[in-house]
Amino acid sequence: MKTTQPRSRRLRGFLTIFLFLLPALVLFFGLVVAPILLAFYASVFKWNGMRGLPTDFIGLANFTRLLADEVFLGDLWRGLLLIILSVAIQLPLSLGIAMLLNQKIYGRAFFRLLFFAPYVLSEAITAVLFMMILRPDGGLANQILGWFGIEGPEWFADPSTVMLSLFIVMTWKYFGFHMILYIAGRQGIPRELTEAAQIDGASGWKVFRYVTLPLLGPTIRISIFLSVIGAIQLFDLVWIITGGGPSHSSETMAVTMFQFGFKRFQVGYASAISVVMFLISLVFAIFYQRYVMRRDLEGATTVLRDQR
Amino acid sequence: MKLSRRGAALLAASALVLGGCSSTGNDAGESNSSAGGKVTVEFWNIWTAEPLKSYGAQAIKDFQAKHPNIVIKNVPYENEAFKAKLTTLTQSGKAPHIFQTWGGGVLAQQVEAGLVKDLTDDAGSWLGTFTDAALSAYKVDGRQYAIPDDIGMVGFWYNKALFKKAGIAEPPATWSELIEDVKKLKAAGITPIALGGKDKWPGHYYWAYLAMRIGGLDALKQAGETKDFTGPAFVQAGQKLKELADLQPFQKGFLGATYGDPGGQAATMGDGKAAMELMGQWAPSVQKDAGKGLGDDLGFFPFPAVEGGQGSVTDAFGGGGGFAIGADAPAEAIEFLKFLTDSTEHRKAVATGGVLPVLKGEEDAVTDPNLSVVAKTLAGATGFQLYLDQAYPPAVGQEVNDSVAELIAGTKTPEQVAQAITETAKSE
Repeated sequence: MKTTQPRSRRLRGFLTIFLFLLPALVLFFGLVVAPILLAFYASVFKWNGMRGLPTDFIGLANFTRLLADEVFLGDLWRGLLLIILSVAIQLPLSLGIAMLLNQKIYGRAFFRLLFFAPYVLSEAITAVLFMMILRPDGGLANQILGWFGIEGPEWFADPSTVMLSLFIVMTWKYFGFHMILYIAGRQGIPRELTEAAQIDGASGWKVFRYVTLPLLGPTIRISIFLSVIGAIQLFDLVWIITGGGPSHSSETMAVTMFQFGFKRFQVGYASAISVVMFLISLVFAIFYQRYVMRRDLEGATTVLRDQR
Repeated sequence: MKLSRRGAALLAASALVLGGCSSTGNDAGESNSSAGGKVTVEFWNIWTAEPLKSYGAQAIKDFQAKHPNIVIKNVPYENEAFKAKLTTLTQSGKAPHIFQTWGGGVLAQQVEAGLVKDLTDDAGSWLGTFTDAALSAYKVDGRQYAIPDDIGMVGFWYNKALFKKAGIAEPPATWSELIEDVKKLKAAGITPIALGGKDKWPGHYYWAYLAMRIGGLDALKQAGETKDFTGPAFVQAGQKLKELADLQPFQKGFLGATYGDPGGQAATMGDGKAAMELMGQWAPSVQKDAGKGLGDDLGFFPFPAVEGGQGSVTDAFGGGGGFAIGADAPAEAIEFLKFLTDSTEHRKAVATGGVLPVLKGEEDAVTDPNLSVVAKTLAGATGFQLYLDQAYPPAVGQEVNDSVAELIAGTKTPEQVAQAITETAKSE
């Protein structure tokens, strides 16, 4: 094949690519890039969101106010707490169940379906469901605890238990999703490898530790990535279940943003929060992909480069 | 072939672009179609539930029969959806021809943005038919920007049977009597007060009423203007509320409870699990919906006086609903409002039980005994204060709700509450 194509053909090629990309590009710029830019723009103004574009320029005052605000600093801490809990408890739990459901056990297809079901449920339904189950007075959970003579906690109504209660709901909602990821990843590992290890006399644990786990690496890394981004942007569940309360003790960044943008009409300040959320997610995504997922992505990008 | 395929791609692309653009245009607030000499007036309301749903349909029919050249386009939205829709519309610099409003800070912001018609001169003698309390929520800088259609007030709804059981003969007339009664109820093993702590706004009623009773209406008005809420009336209101909260008078898990959901404030009250709640005129019907309802055991008493306070016990705290006219609305819009609030027409609305009297001398049209008590108390009100989360700009109102919720939860002191509200007010 000739390496240099005739000029007109190359141009036509580009034009075709451009035309096919155009609808996607227009949508991407109109619905993703433009709102991001608008949020950046609005974040340096004091603006109640009414009538046209903002005019009252206040520089970085929204950001300095943000960093001095106890609620926002609390949001950051609570976000971190959720990330730690997710990575330390929720993901290992999902992994464990995925490994169990990879065994040949009776009714595993049913269990896979059952455990994945919560993820299919909408956030709002999950939230309302758990509000009823975990109601301090007469809720299902406390009634069951009552049979054993235990006086149940106040769950979402107590500032000291609200985060843990929320985490229980999050785990219930999302572990099925991570479980499916792990099952898919586990099934991608060739049988020969585990068999070879077993023939060499490796115990079940050693096969898992030295064969399965390393080969599940890419799946685990992407699952952690999704989990962290999800925790940073957590909104629906919290908003419906607690609204961020009691006294801000379960507020997340997204909830604070909503409070200021849609309840207090301080759109400029809310934009500043959204910008910080965006930057945190962006910086995390870049570093994570650059350093943690580098090996996983390497294949993909080289293949693409070879083809060009 | 190749060309035509490319042409198709281009067409598809441009169709997407155009489609994306046209959807940003808004369907409301467009110029009035006057086809056939008819004027169309858009009427945005929240009459999605009975009895007002059928009442509204009938009223529009009657009006159109009288004015064949005017077409009223009925646009009803559910309460929360209405607020979201209207916010989106006003943010794009438009307003419907006639729209539901609750007055106060939100209306003031819309006025400031030039979206609302000043009705002071157009209305003339018409304004004189309304009660002062009903009109007050829609005044901005002394000008009238909306016409009231409904008004109500907040007070204590109490369970007579539970009061009797705790040995309380008379509902409390002063704050210290209320505190005593709370202690008596607790001693009798009864939850004294139901509160939806998660919703925050039910809690702010206590603080607002206390500030009113201690400092008088002027203190609240002045604070709204000077943006200083650190005065003694507000700090003392916080202290009194803390005094009450320290008695732990609320139901178990109240911090996570909402007002209207299952297990919430209204349900607790309606099922007879708490002795009283501080709530607006809608309380009896929500108690019935969310719980069993109390029937004849339900009673009403106004918020008690605070000893040594400047406010009168007959000052009422509450709010209502009204209608504003968009700045670009046709002149016919006002005709429709005049029709709706005409004495004979509005009496029909009041008779359905959907709204309360806003016109002078209309109290006898109320049929429901519970609402009748509220209407009569309101008719004798010496002053009226709009809900704080509506009277002040939205940010200040929300800060009041948030801070008072924290006071009740014990994470903020009365002084910190006053300070936080002042800071928010000053930054507005």
